[in-house]
Parts: sequence; C-alpha cells; structure tokens
Amino acid sequence: MTSKSSIVIAREYLTRVRKKSFIIMTIIGPLLFAAVIIGPAWFATLEDREVRVIAVIDSSRLFIGQIPETDYLKFEYLQNTTVDELRENFDETNYYAVLYIAHIITSTPSAVQLMSDRQPSLNIRMHIANAIEKELERQKLAAFDIEDLDRILESVRTTVNIRTIIWQDDGGERESFSELAMIVGYVGGFLIYFFIFLFGAQVMRGVIEEKSSRVVEIIVSSVRPFQLMLGKIVGIGMVGLTQFLLWVVLSVVLVVAAQQIFFPDIGTPSSETVVAEDLFSSSTLQQSQPIESEQAGRFREMFASVSAINFGVMLFSFLFYFLGGYLLYASLFAAIGSAVDNETDTQQFMLPITIPLIISIIVMMNAIMNPYGPIAFWFSVIPFTSPIIMMARIPFGVPLWEVALSAGLLVATFIFTTWLAGKIYRTGILMYGKKVNYRELWKWIRYPG
Amino acid sequence: MEFFSAKEVCKSFVNHRALDKVSMSVPEKSIYGLLGPNGAGKTTLIRIINQITAPDEGELRLDGRALKPADIQRIGYMPEERGLYKKMKVGEQALYFARLKGLDKKTAMKRLRVWFEKFGIQSWWNKKVEELSKGMQQKVQFITTIVHEPELLIFDEPFSGFDPINTNLLKKEITGIRDRGATIIFSTHNMGSVEELCDHITLIDNSRSIINGPVQEIRNKFKLDIYRVGFEGNANKLHTLLSPAYEVLELTGGSSGHSARIKVHEKSSDNILLKLLIPHFHITSFTEEIPSMNDIFIDLVEKRKQTDNP
Repeated sequence: MTSKSSIVIAREYLTRVRKKSFIIMTIIGPLLFAAVIIGPAWFATLEDREVRVIAVIDSSRLFIGQIPETDYLKFEYLQNTTVDELRENFDETNYYAVLYIAHIITSTPSAVQLMSDRQPSLNIRMHIANAIEKELERQKLAAFDIEDLDRILESVRTTVNIRTIIWQDDGGERESFSELAMIVGYVGGFLIYFFIFLFGAQVMRGVIEEKSSRVVEIIVSSVRPFQLMLGKIVGIGMVGLTQFLLWVVLSVVLVVAAQQIFFPDIGTPSSETVVAEDLFSSSTLQQSQPIESEQAGRFREMFASVSAINFGVMLFSFLFYFLGGYLLYASLFAAIGSAVDNETDTQQFMLPITIPLIISIIVMMNAIMNPYGPIAFWFSVIPFTSPIIMMARIPFGVPLWEVALSAGLLVATFIFTTWLAGKIYRTGILMYGKKVNYRELWKWIRYPG
Repeated sequence: MEFFSAKEVCKSFVNHRALDKVSMSVPEKSIYGLLGPNGAGKTTLIRIINQITAPDEGELRLDGRALKPADIQRIGYMPEERGLYKKMKVGEQALYFARLKGLDKKTAMKRLRVWFEKFGIQSWWNKKVEELSKGMQQKVQFITTIVHEPELLIFDEPFSGFDPINTNLLKKEITGIRDRGATIIFSTHNMGSVEELCDHITLIDNSRSIINGPVQEIRNKFKLDIYRVGFEGNANKLHTLLSPAYEVLELTGGSSGHSARIKVHEKSSDNILLKLLIPHFHITSFTEEIPSMNDIFIDLVEKRKQTDNP
C-alpha cells in the first residue's frame, strides 16, 4: 500500500519538475531576487552622473557661494535677473532648476522656492534645504559672538546609537537588531504566504484535472482516494521544497556573481555575502569597536546583526512552517478541487481559504512592528494564520513554549483538515454535473464509511 | 463454478437508494452481462466490486473468499467515463497505471511492449495523450486495463466511442481473454453485443435486480409462442384451415412464396401446427421467434414503470 503512495508521489513530482514552467520559474525567481537585492545599489551608482546646474536668485544675499557643490550638482548665482525672465527662456538656459531665496529668509525659513519644468529630485531638495538650514544656523549662532565657537560645536556634536539587549532566561544576554529582524521576518512570512498559494493552487488544479479528464475513476480502482490525495499533496509539496532550495542556491550564486561584476571593489553588505562572513565577524567586532569611521561602523553593525540571527533556526522554522501551512491549506485546496467540475466553480469555496491568508499578511505588518503584542501572539498561535505570523516573529526571538504551542496546534490542525478534506474528496471526485454548495459538503463529511 | 458473487447488496446515498438487495453470481470463465437503463445502479454496483465505495449491507465473494482490499490487483476495470492524463506521454502513463496495479517496472515494461506491438501502436509510446484521437486513447485504455492480467475484468460500456473496426478488435480480445481463463463482467446498453458475447446476465432496474440467468434460458422464458412459417400454395386457405387456437398475425408474400407469423394460444402445440399445414402447403421454413434481449429489456422496464405509476 505504501509503495503505491510512493508511485503516486513520484508521478506528481516528476511530471511537475520536468515541466517547462517549473524550469522557467526556477531560473526567473533568483533573477528577480537578485534584481531586488542588487538593483537599488546599482541604480544608486547610475544616478546623477549627469551634471546639473541650478540657477540661484538670492534676494537676501546671504547664501552667495555658500551652498556646497558636488561632482554632479553645480550652482550659478545670478545677480541681474528675475525669476520671470528666467522662466521665459528656461528652455534655452540648460538650467536644471531655479532656486529663489526671498530676502525675508531669516524671519521666514520657508521663503525658498525651487522651480523647474519637471519634478526636482528629492536628493537635490534635501541637499539645498540642508545647506540653507546649516548656513542660517551658523549665521544665527555667529550673531551671539561666542569665542571658539567652532571648537565648542565640534565637541558638542554627538551621535547616539542605541543597542538593544535581550535578557534571556538562562541568564545570558543577546544583542537584537530590530531592523534586520523586521526584514528577515517580513521576507520569511511573505515567502510562506506565496508558497502556500502557489502550490496549494497547484494541488487544486491537479485534482480538477484528474476529475475533468475522468482519469480519476481508473486510479481509484487501484489506489484508495485518500492515498491519491495524500500522494498528490506530498508530491507537490516536494516540488515546492525543490523550487525553494534551488532558488536559495541560485540566488546566492547570482548575487555573488553580480557583486563581482558590478562592485568588484566594495563589499556591499548584501545578505548572502554577509552570511559567509558571519563566521569571523563576531571576533573582529570586539577588537576594533572604539575607533572606526562612521561608515565602517555601520557595516560592522550590520554584519554583527546578521550574525545575531541564527540562520539554522530560521531555515528550520521556515521549512517547518512552510510544510505545516502548506499541508493545512493544500488538503483544503484538494477538497475544493474535488467538489467542482471546473476551475470557474471554485470561487465560492476559495473565499474561506483566501481570507485567513490575506488577514495573515495584514496582521504580519503589525506583528513585525510589535512582535510581542497580543495580536502577534494570538495570530501566531491560531493555526490558520500561524505559519505566516510565527515566521515573521521568529527573527525577533520567540519564547520556546509559544513556538511549541503554535507548532503543536498547527500539526493537530493539518491532521484534522486532511481528514476532513479526505471525506469531501472521496465523494467529490466521483460526483459529476452537480452544483455543490456548503450544505452538500457537510453531508459528504457526515457520510459514513 | 462460481468465481464472483454479490449477495443482497444494498447501498443508499443521502436521499436515494442506489441498490436494493442486488444479488448476482458470476460463473468462472464466463462473460456476464450487467444490464439496465441509465440510473439503475449499475455503476454503483461496479464501484462496489472495485471497492471504490463500500456497500451498506451485503456480501461480496471472489474466488470463494470474501472480497478484500488486496483483491483490487486481481481486478481490471475500464470505466464508462474514462480518460487519461492529457499532458503525459502514452508509454509513461501506461507504465504508471500498470505499476499502480502492483506490477514491478520490468514486468510492466515487457508486457506493455507486447500489447503495444499487438495493437500496432508502438510508435505512440512517446506521444502525448492529447495528440491521439479518442479511438486511439481507448486502445491505450484497454491495454492499461488488462496489462496486469486480472482474473476478473469489468468493462463498463466498453464499445462507446469505438468505430466498428475497433469494436470488432475489442470483441475479439474480450472473448480471447475469457478463453484464456479470465472472468468478465460487462455492463452495457448495447443488447446486440449482449446476445453476441454474454453467457449470463443480470438486469438491474430501479435499484433492484429484476431478472438473472443464462441468456438462452431468459430468452426462451420470454418466448411469445410465435412461429414464422414460409410456404408455397394458396395463402387464403390458411385462415379457414386454422382453429381459434391459432392467430395469424401477419401474412406477406407473392408468386414465389408466402410468409406468415402465427401465434399459438395453447402451449406446446407447435408440432400440431406443422401437422395441420403440411398436407396443404409446401413448407419452406418453420422457425420459432425468440425475443431479442432488446425486446425483453424494453418489455420488462416498461412493465415496471407501469406498475410504479398506475
């Protein structure tokens, strides 16, 4: 009997893994991930290679020559012209924008306008605002006429970095890095949501295919319906795991390769390379903390925070919650597939499955902001939302008893839903041409045998 | 010897009784017809034999013992509503079904090759099912039904969708399988093929078995004592000659000869009829009309309907 299940599993697995769409997805997935990781960094280097010149009309005459220039941003201070004149010949002047500073600037700091025929970039606006703020502050401070002002200011300047420490029950402590935990939690939770939908829907489509092609009656004369359903669920689950693992491996390869191509000099702190450095970063952390440049410090902090996340635990809990969530929902998807004659009829039954998943994604935002709050707790224990919410919480560190409770409930629930789905499936696959509603499903469940 | 039997099998669905104490006894190495109008309960009974659904009551025996789950290896089933995985290759798919029926890969491969050769379809092995016509798919299905050499075969409307040539091929294979020792249950509406192939039948109507037994016995039982006589001579003499015990139903003919259908109202007077006729006519043929299974089927089902709705 078990060997028959394995024959079913093998077919479900092999026919899908050999499909063109699987191979394409396997290649495109990591390309997308790599693009998401590499893309912003690459675009940042592309940005502002073009030299932009901004015309400045300064009625206050306080800022002439005072706004710092960069390699790609220049300022031209115009004396004998007006905004209206510039506007008329704006196209011929090649100016990127016109900056107008009114003479009342000292009393009304908002009397600054940046005018252009397009939306000036945020960076440029911030740059100008910063420069003007600094210059105004400097001039106001200078009005107090304090001796050694520069030195005082230098010694006053302070940057505060708050390190968060978690006290643990065993008396130890652990440094936490909430930003990174948030990102890892979000990505983990979202991946589980994505996988449940993607592969759950595949189970449903597989069941509908067997039913509508009438192949099912031949199969159930050799295999019990429950074995067939379970074989399909397990086979497709294995396809999901294969895809995930291939994605991880290919993503790492791609990101590393892309770094070599685009940023051969700098070690951009993308997550994958950091994983590799994770081993020795903790030792270097202690030695060189006090004296280091601001940027180096930031990098080091990120290295340290990545090393603070236990990737073994992350991977294990991802696999557990992916499988648990998948098994829970896949059996329900199978039951829906068995109850309908074609895919268009699935709508009415899809709603109760879709809603908890969508709620999970909404609650996940809250859980990431407040991973120890009551909402995060309850939704990470309720089995229909726990795979996503608990996954999002785990990077923050979750008490063991909560994980155990959530995992236990999840296992119990998927056993229950599989049993329930089996009852619907058994009747549904041999039922044709009947519009099925919830009352009908209830009858099938109560049906003996 | 009996190979398979069902005794008083009952099955109810939520608000309808599909089988009501249906019994059948299938002799070894025979072709057993399971007849009945649509919705009579045939498919339900077949699904019970295949252990796809369980009966509420009743007993099923195979080869002298109660039917058990492992027996599905000994049964081959070709359902009425049948299909294959469209995107899967023919050979791979045949192999899959054969292995689900318990054959190991090597044996399955060997036997499939033999059958594919026999049907002349070796070139389909690597084709996808969706590239085949419906008739071609049926051939593949037939092979997957019998490849594990089952002792009991169940065909549900096997000829639907087959062209006459393939129907003949299939009939030949079915009788061939029977001759090699398998027992066959054969469900159909096609009464012509029942008379041609079946040794025994059960007629199920409205969830009940209304008649069963050997085909010849049943047909004889439903004889209406009508004789068809071919003769030469003066046809007008026929009416004056015959007593009220005989009724001429039909009289046709011309210069070359006449043909009459005569109903005998008193049992076992067929020889007397012949004696009456011989002195006056030259008899060219004399046969008793035996009703076709088709007539019996319609007759019985109509009668049941009349008693149900008087």
